[in-house]
Amino acid sequence: MYEQDVAVYDSRRIVPANAHTSPTTERPLVRRTLILVAVAFMALTLVLPLVLVFVEAFRKGADTYFAAFADRHSQTAIALTLTVAAIAVPLNLVFGVAAAWCVAKYEFWGKSFLTTLIDLPFSVSPVVSGMVYVLLFGAQSVLGPWLRSMGIEIIFAVPGIVLATIFVTFPFIARELIPLMQAQGSTDEEAALSLGATGWQTFWRVTLPNIKWGLLYGVLLCNARAMGEFGAVSVVSGHIRGRTTTMPLDIEILYNEYNFAAAFAVASLLALLALVTLLIKTILEVRFGAELAGTRRH
Amino acid sequence: MDIRVENIRKQFSLYPALDDVSLDIRSGELIALLGPSGSGKTTLLRLVAGLETPTAGRIYFGDEDASLRTVQERNVGFVFQAYALFRNMTVLDNVSFGLTVRPRATRPPKAEIRRRALELLDLVQLTGLEKRYPQQLSGGQRQRVALARALAVEPTVLLLDEPFGALDAQVRQELRKWLREIHDRTGHTTVFVTHDQEEALELADRLVVMSQGRIEQVGSPDEIYDRPANPFVFSFIGESSALPVTVKNHEVWTGGRAIGLPAPHEATGPASLYFRPHDIELVEDGAALAGVVAASRRVGGTRRVELEIGGHPDRVEIDLPFDHPAGERTRIAFRPKRWRVFPAGRGS
Repeated sequence: MYEQDVAVYDSRRIVPANAHTSPTTERPLVRRTLILVAVAFMALTLVLPLVLVFVEAFRKGADTYFAAFADRHSQTAIALTLTVAAIAVPLNLVFGVAAAWCVAKYEFWGKSFLTTLIDLPFSVSPVVSGMVYVLLFGAQSVLGPWLRSMGIEIIFAVPGIVLATIFVTFPFIARELIPLMQAQGSTDEEAALSLGATGWQTFWRVTLPNIKWGLLYGVLLCNARAMGEFGAVSVVSGHIRGRTTTMPLDIEILYNEYNFAAAFAVASLLALLALVTLLIKTILEVRFGAELAGTRRH
Repeated sequence: MDIRVENIRKQFSLYPALDDVSLDIRSGELIALLGPSGSGKTTLLRLVAGLETPTAGRIYFGDEDASLRTVQERNVGFVFQAYALFRNMTVLDNVSFGLTVRPRATRPPKAEIRRRALELLDLVQLTGLEKRYPQQLSGGQRQRVALARALAVEPTVLLLDEPFGALDAQVRQELRKWLREIHDRTGHTTVFVTHDQEEALELADRLVVMSQGRIEQVGSPDEIYDRPANPFVFSFIGESSALPVTVKNHEVWTGGRAIGLPAPHEATGPASLYFRPHDIELVEDGAALAGVVAASRRVGGTRRVELEIGGHPDRVEIDLPFDHPAGERTRIAFRPKRWRVFPAGRGS
């Protein structure tokens, strides 16, 4: 009963699209040249290197390629990378949701400072973040002797790698959720509370479903970075093969040993991860673009 | 249930959104909070709901002090301007939400919840749409789902924040009538916020006119319209003309002469005369207000003319029949049929 009348257009009055050129359109020659330049640049800097990774990996045949993964050190590197991501991503999921909730739904003193602080890992060089942890927990630090007496190893061990990865990937989920939650406001939550729901019920049944796609998007980016992080992890890891090397570090070591086939084989796994991430990211953007806040920001 | 608001103050950062507001809401009535934006009407509604906490003052639900109770404990039905429907749930799940989140001890069985939700959807005339999602409904339908959802928890009071504000005029008209019907059938104490005086006058049993964090007047639509308590209410509700005058010898004077309006109870001194443009009579002779036509325009079936009165630049507006021969600079004498005189100093 409330439907609006659908406007009916006279089809004879629709002007062919090419009859007038839009003022923002260039002449065909300029247009083609610009497109060509852009495509060539992209091919050179993005597509070619990616293709090269796989070409190099398979240069000595599929046998050599798969032999690279039979190597014990490479296997532990893959396992370590998965372990680190499995710890860092869920923790950042919780931190990110909590931080975004806090920033988006409450007004408090120092809020803009906190928002800036969340961005810090983006603006600080990963090497610096690694150094900070060495200074904080390393043998020469204030905490060093005490940690050693307690038998706790952080630097040149797995805990340090996890800490550095968490630091570097912290902003991904929070940054994705803050604008989304700000745009959604708090009325849905207020509605749930006024209907008698507890805070916990409100979170699980109202807030979380509202942000789920944005959250998945953030997790995806966070995971890609967690697995691919090099700088910060390199500083805290100590490069002990078979114990503290993640996939990116393993690739570097293999490469420095002139073991190109193995280096590119492991690199191809990371490249594959990037491609899968991009694919899911694109699917999310196409299907749920409206429910993602900062699409195409990263 | 009676609701009593006692000396409520609400301070946001520096300025008070509500300044010492007291109000009695009677059980079963439909009451409107009416005022311009920034008058504090929505803040008052949210305070009653428990969505805001007062800086000072108390709110009683019946005889119980509800000031310290949380929004969940107050059991209110709140309808938001932008609907605030849960977009990941169907219409049926939205309406059932309030019942499904209850602790196990007081939660009705699943079948019972479903039955009650369907019953409410029938009440709001949305039978058959229970499987739809909010995005698949029109604005008017969404607001009706929101109302059904609020009614599902059997609230002690129903609170509506600009419920029709986001809808187009025709739908708003329809929903207005329909809300009145629902109210009369269910008998809930209902408070709604609006900035639309027509809506408030048509719908409410009583009106609370607010401005700048204070209550200006409380009364029935007739009282508010016919006997405005102060210049603000007079000029905010309906159309009005105002003129600075003097009260002398219990009569209203302007331009150095009496204009034939007695003022037996008003204090001598400067004052403001308020009247409605349509509520006047043209006079041929005797004491009256006289002025020359400065501008005129057609408003519906009448002509609204601006008159320059006497020696001062103030203009008043009056309505003339649209076939009245008055043209530019024509001299017109008139007397308000009903008017109010307010002491100067509290102008609006």
